[in-house]
Amino acid sequence: MSVDTATVKKVASLARIAIDDAAAERLVPELNNILGWIEQLGEVDTHGIEPMTAVIPNTLRLRDDVVTDGGIRDAVLANAPAAEHGFFTVPKVIE
Amino acid sequence: MSDLTDLGIREIRDGVRAGSFSAREVAEAFNAAVSAARPLNAFLVETPDHALAAADAADAARAAGEPPKPLAGVPIGMKDLFCTKGVTSTAASHILEGFTPTYESTVSQNLWDAGAGMLGKLNMDQFAMGSSNETSAFGNVISPWRRNDGGNAALAPGGSSGGSSAAVAARIAPGATGTDTGGSIRQPASFTGIAGIKPTYGRCSRWGTIAFASSLDQAGPMARDVRDCTIMLEAMAGFDPKDATSLELAVPQWEAELDASLVGKRVGVPKEYRVDGMPVEIELLWQQGIAWLKDAGAEVVEVSLPHTKYALPAYYIIAPAEASSNLARYDGVRYGERELPDGANLQQMYAATRAAGFGEEVKRRILIGTYVLSAGFYDAYYTQAQRVRALIARDFEAAWEKCDVLLTPTAPSAAFALGEKQADPLAMYLNDVFTVPASLAGLPAMSVPGGLDPAGLPLGLQIIGKPLDEQGVLNAALAIEERAGFTARPQAWW
Amino acid sequence: MTESTYRITGATGDWEVVIGLEVHAQVTSNAKLFSGAATAFGAEPNTQVSLVDAAMPGMLPVPNRECIRQAVRTGMAIDARINKWSRFDRKNYFYADLPQGYQISQLYHPLVGEGSIDIEDGGRIKTIGVERIHVEQDAGKLMHDQHPTRSYVDLNRSGVALMEIVSRPDMRSPEEAGAYLRKLRAILRYVGSCDGNMEEGSMRADVNVSVRKPGDEFGTRTETKNVNSIRFVMAAIEHEAKRQVEVLESGGAIVQETRLFNPDSGTTRSMRSKEDAHDYRYFPDPDLLPLELDDVFLDACRASLPELPNAKRKRYEALGITAYNGEVLTAEVETARWFDALLEAGAAPVAASNWVTGELFGALNRIGKGIEESPVGPKQAAELLALVADGTLSGSLAKQVFEVMLETADAPGKIVEERGLKQTSDTGAIEAVIADVLSKNPNQLEQYRAGKEALFGFFVGQTMKAMAGKANPQVVNDLLKKALA
Ligand SMILES: [Mg+2]
Ligand SMILES: [Zn+2]
Repeated sequence: MSVDTATVKKVASLARIAIDDAAAERLVPELNNILGWIEQLGEVDTHGIEPMTAVIPNTLRLRDDVVTDGGIRDAVLANAPAAEHGFFTVPKVIE
Repeated sequence: MSDLTDLGIREIRDGVRAGSFSAREVAEAFNAAVSAARPLNAFLVETPDHALAAADAADAARAAGEPPKPLAGVPIGMKDLFCTKGVTSTAASHILEGFTPTYESTVSQNLWDAGAGMLGKLNMDQFAMGSSNETSAFGNVISPWRRNDGGNAALAPGGSSGGSSAAVAARIAPGATGTDTGGSIRQPASFTGIAGIKPTYGRCSRWGTIAFASSLDQAGPMARDVRDCTIMLEAMAGFDPKDATSLELAVPQWEAELDASLVGKRVGVPKEYRVDGMPVEIELLWQQGIAWLKDAGAEVVEVSLPHTKYALPAYYIIAPAEASSNLARYDGVRYGERELPDGANLQQMYAATRAAGFGEEVKRRILIGTYVLSAGFYDAYYTQAQRVRALIARDFEAAWEKCDVLLTPTAPSAAFALGEKQADPLAMYLNDVFTVPASLAGLPAMSVPGGLDPAGLPLGLQIIGKPLDEQGVLNAALAIEERAGFTARPQAWW
Repeated sequence: MTESTYRITGATGDWEVVIGLEVHAQVTSNAKLFSGAATAFGAEPNTQVSLVDAAMPGMLPVPNRECIRQAVRTGMAIDARINKWSRFDRKNYFYADLPQGYQISQLYHPLVGEGSIDIEDGGRIKTIGVERIHVEQDAGKLMHDQHPTRSYVDLNRSGVALMEIVSRPDMRSPEEAGAYLRKLRAILRYVGSCDGNMEEGSMRADVNVSVRKPGDEFGTRTETKNVNSIRFVMAAIEHEAKRQVEVLESGGAIVQETRLFNPDSGTTRSMRSKEDAHDYRYFPDPDLLPLELDDVFLDACRASLPELPNAKRKRYEALGITAYNGEVLTAEVETARWFDALLEAGAAPVAASNWVTGELFGALNRIGKGIEESPVGPKQAAELLALVADGTLSGSLAKQVFEVMLETADAPGKIVEERGLKQTSDTGAIEAVIADVLSKNPNQLEQYRAGKEALFGFFVGQTMKAMAGKANPQVVNDLLKKALA
């Protein structure tokens, strides 16, 4: 599988990274080089092998249903580029 | 008094306990060394007051006759991937420029609780993506090492924990935290002639550490020798209920159990850990390492890890895939940089913010990760990579039938010059060829200095251990360290 | 099971509508799914937000056991397969109400598999398949009308636990969809896993609608998002089905898309803003290990399940209660709970069922209160019914006593005592009154004796009236018959 400029732009748009035509074109050979290299994985016979789910045998711990957090609005908003009246603000969204 | 900055963690700890010098004297000496070493660009933020406050607390506790904390009086450097309360934490990225956490990462908190102080936040590859520290948004870290060829080529300190490796090697910090996703502790340790260990996945909490690839990221110490790493790791590690992947196990008494005798231990040498174009001195060092471990009493056996070749490509699917998702939160809404071109809507703001905020390598990996997870490709790439990962883990399990630890080179080369590999991302990725397999399998692994190459640059040897067997790794590394007698250090030019 | 006959009549003939529902139900819990922040409704903006919910760098999710438990119990309540091994996946997309840039959900291995819900629509029983229930995070809230050029972001809901209950496309009319939602809501409330409060957004439905000629293959469907009342769901289906028929009959094609329901106009429209976001790049969340449940946990979940509506109704019917009353009494968990307490207090089932569905509901309706806030509790009601059963109170006296109970909340025994409302069976007193009534109404007496037997009721009425309603009607009857014989 290899990518072309249109694919690079589509992927960049999915990833919400603005790129111009020149950058997209520059990325095409770069990404194809990397993708071509990782495709050697296709050689590996993985029939009957379960994909790894836990790196180290360990089970998911569950928490008790207790309120232990929140009430820290100042901390939540402390680094916000734009906030008012206790809200984060973003450019107006039209749904 | 001899220069306090020549002392390692254990010497400082013991000296402060014995009253040979005060913690404040130590902190002042390192604070001065840090500001004198700015040409290295190892620190992004200097926090001399933090180091002094911890030192004063240590001195006061000693004066009051309180039992000493494990790291009382020891100042350290903190990789900028760890969120530190009230101190900017940026992952060396513009997108987090000015971000000041209101919280402290578990690992850093553990270190402060153990009495350590912070000299500052260490430069690194942006979001820990890189092997040379050239992807930092705030400039390269320059290795304190120089080749013995008379040239002044600026060398890479390795990455991504390049600020950490440079600071420890340059003696401006006796120890530093690192994080290792595919080799980011071990490779820079190897490049700069210091020791560094990535513990078993889950030993150190990931809470409050800026994520790169969640299933791989592990924090660990970088210090001048094995014992210093051991002392620091004991303080950093531990169960954390805030991290669902944290191991619910007590921290072993690794330092007390350090033992360089390997009698009755079997060391495996994996035959697949050879790559085309690997310098002969690395092969020679590896043979030397085998001899040292035999000398320490170990039995050496050849083992096979047949899927080694596929570790790196699997890693370059899994890590970017996880990263593409982990880094989605950097969108200019709640913290960090926001780029809002005139008239931009929300989605355009995201795209502009992320285009301006992320560096080229970060973007490249996000794009690869996005691509391999996208509709129609997920199974061929991601699922296949996780299956291969399972096979790699299985290779190791089979090897543990025959041996207790593995010995390999840490990296396929010594430090290269800055700029040398930047043009070719793939060539850069190949740096992690020996470190990535253990990362994929979540195993403890350590780099320890073994010797110098003909250019006078350090080379490291890697010990890989069974899950949870940090002790076996540390002991084997100690056996090498004692026999290698590595005393070389960079001459201060900064 | 007979199929629905609901059809849309178009120019080319009749069309059948095919409906599937994805219901998002907020799990009843104190804290959020992956953080320790509170879930209460109506708090000040961003005050119920932890650093995890705001997706600060380095923050990690740790799952809440109660949310898992409630989803498992819900699955058990619809006889679903519970997966002892499940896993959380990330659904990746960018939106201002989604701080992480992904929602933690379950795509590949949901917690709950196949189950079903029986609905009743006009006397027909129909089984609607449930494909799965998975657990996921809710998003935050965007407000668009606070500022001319900005939207405001409140993350209080961000990370609240939801169950997504996905039905099979088994419904064929707005009524069936309505019945399904009512039944599902009742089950959730019985189980206690969701409060079912649609006004507060605790339950919302994504409505998948397609149309086809009866017997044809499924058509292309549209998904109308986040409809927040049963009535609106039914309206959205009706509108969407008609719209699709119009499009198809005018030669167009249905686009698989996300739509939005406008409650004011009762119409749906395309939601363009979400159109390009359909590559969600799901993959297992690497911050979370697989969720493995053991038998001890599952057994405890099962043991904690209450009697569910269907079982309860069967039990009521076995007690002689009519099917209609059985349905009314089990439709809401509060009613069923109240009624069970009434039975527990010793009330005779049939009389009690009639009294609750008649007297009590009438009174509550009048005073505008729900059964859970009824001024008369089940114990007092049982006492009242007992006074009727043992002949102390006649039906009409019981009504009077009940009215007083509603006002004073006093015990019926006390009211009867204080107000002398006790019914009398004293034959001597009644005979005296009857004699008086007969002597005062000679005309009627003559007519009765001449064969106009309908006047019997008149004499009963006059006797009761003269005794202020306190005479035992049976005794009055008997004595009157004797006197008139
Ligand atoms: Mg949906
Ligand atoms: Zn959902």
